[in-house]
Amino acid sequence: MIPSIVGAGLIVIGGGLGLGKIGSSAMEAIARQPEAASKIQTAMIIIGALLEGLAFGALILGK
Amino acid sequence: MSQNMVSLKRTLKYFAVILLSVAPFLSKAEQAHDASAAAPTESEKISAHIDHHLQDDYYFTFFADEEADVKYGFSLPVILIDNGLKVFMASEFDYGKKTVEKDGQFYALSHGKIYKTDAAGTLSYDDHHHITNAKPLDFSITKNVVGLLLTAVILFVLFIGLAKTYKKGANNLPKGAGRALEPLVLFVRDEMAIPNIGLSKYKQFMPYLLSIFFLILVLNLIGLTPLGFNVTGNISVTLCLALFTFFIIQFKANKDYWKHIFWMPGVPVPMKIVLAPIEVLGMFTKPFSLMLRLFANITAGHSVVMGLIAIVYLFKTDLTVGGSVGVSMILTLFIMFIELLVAFLQAFIFTMMSSLFIGMAVQDHHDEDHH
Repeated sequence: MIPSIVGAGLIVIGGGLGLGKIGSSAMEAIARQPEAASKIQTAMIIIGALLEGLAFGALILGK
Repeated sequence: MSQNMVSLKRTLKYFAVILLSVAPFLSKAEQAHDASAAAPTESEKISAHIDHHLQDDYYFTFFADEEADVKYGFSLPVILIDNGLKVFMASEFDYGKKTVEKDGQFYALSHGKIYKTDAAGTLSYDDHHHITNAKPLDFSITKNVVGLLLTAVILFVLFIGLAKTYKKGANNLPKGAGRALEPLVLFVRDEMAIPNIGLSKYKQFMPYLLSIFFLILVLNLIGLTPLGFNVTGNISVTLCLALFTFFIIQFKANKDYWKHIFWMPGVPVPMKIVLAPIEVLGMFTKPFSLMLRLFANITAGHSVVMGLIAIVYLFKTDLTVGGSVGVSMILTLFIMFIELLVAFLQAFIFTMMSSLFIGMAVQDHHDEDHH
């Protein structure tokens, strides 16, 4: 039986990859269109929050 | 893109190798943990303390002297509805050591919950070590309720001045605390309500959005004070907040919202039958994720802060007292700044997502062909 802490680690790896992807795309987008930075930031935070909800849900259900 | 995939594959390969190489030790570590379960070690005591902090309580404890077994603070009133109203102070429980008798019914306190019991205070357990005794209907003024009431008072004091200025005239400059709050009110209006709900409909939702924004913000911030509140880190509180958003969406939604859930336009009929249950599920997952996100963020933040403070006790022998206090203080300070950011960010995200979901439900769809 794999202990839940390993599952937590897996979730963090998955969440980290996802957040990294969001962050890198947002940075590229802001670099291309600095005037749209605030809109991109808001969208980035929303997607980040959705991802975070998923990851935290998994962490809590796993516990 | 293919380069990305290659590096991702390589990462996963390394990960699998590491996982397989440590797997044999994982079961051993668990056995060792079972053997030491007899006497609580320092770290077990600390995690019990953190768990206790994260839960609601009938006492308001500022600090405790464990060696002398004295807790400094005060107990809060217990209000039970169980064949009539029963009000008494939680100090009568003496931290769960005594049972309390009211009108012939005995009550016992165990792990922060009140159970009906007999004169001896016997509690029966099921196979999973959960207490099976009946619970009375509990309307007590607990620690979280005190936190909520305190927040209500703070918000009232802060906002009454701001509201009065606008009553005199729309162009008045607010005085005192209102001057600092006005930008935040405008932030909620201009960054969340108007872009997400739309200029024609945002006004009726502003009272709700402002209320949840400032309620969550102040609750998060008083959670960072040493008073020991953990209100937004309680899943019942966040459930209630998410339910408000849920009901506002359901009652304010227009016919397009329901059409898009049960019979979405522009999709083939077999697909509609497949998608409808998913959309119905989506109705509930939106507030569910709101609930879980706020709860998990604040709980995680409190656990991390308390865990870092616990470094003082855990590394006392390795780092000397001064060293462990220094390391703990630097790390705690760092995390506390992040927690200040999180306190604001979670209030922002909860309000933002609420306004987004409300906006999705009340929006007019003029362009049906685009679906």
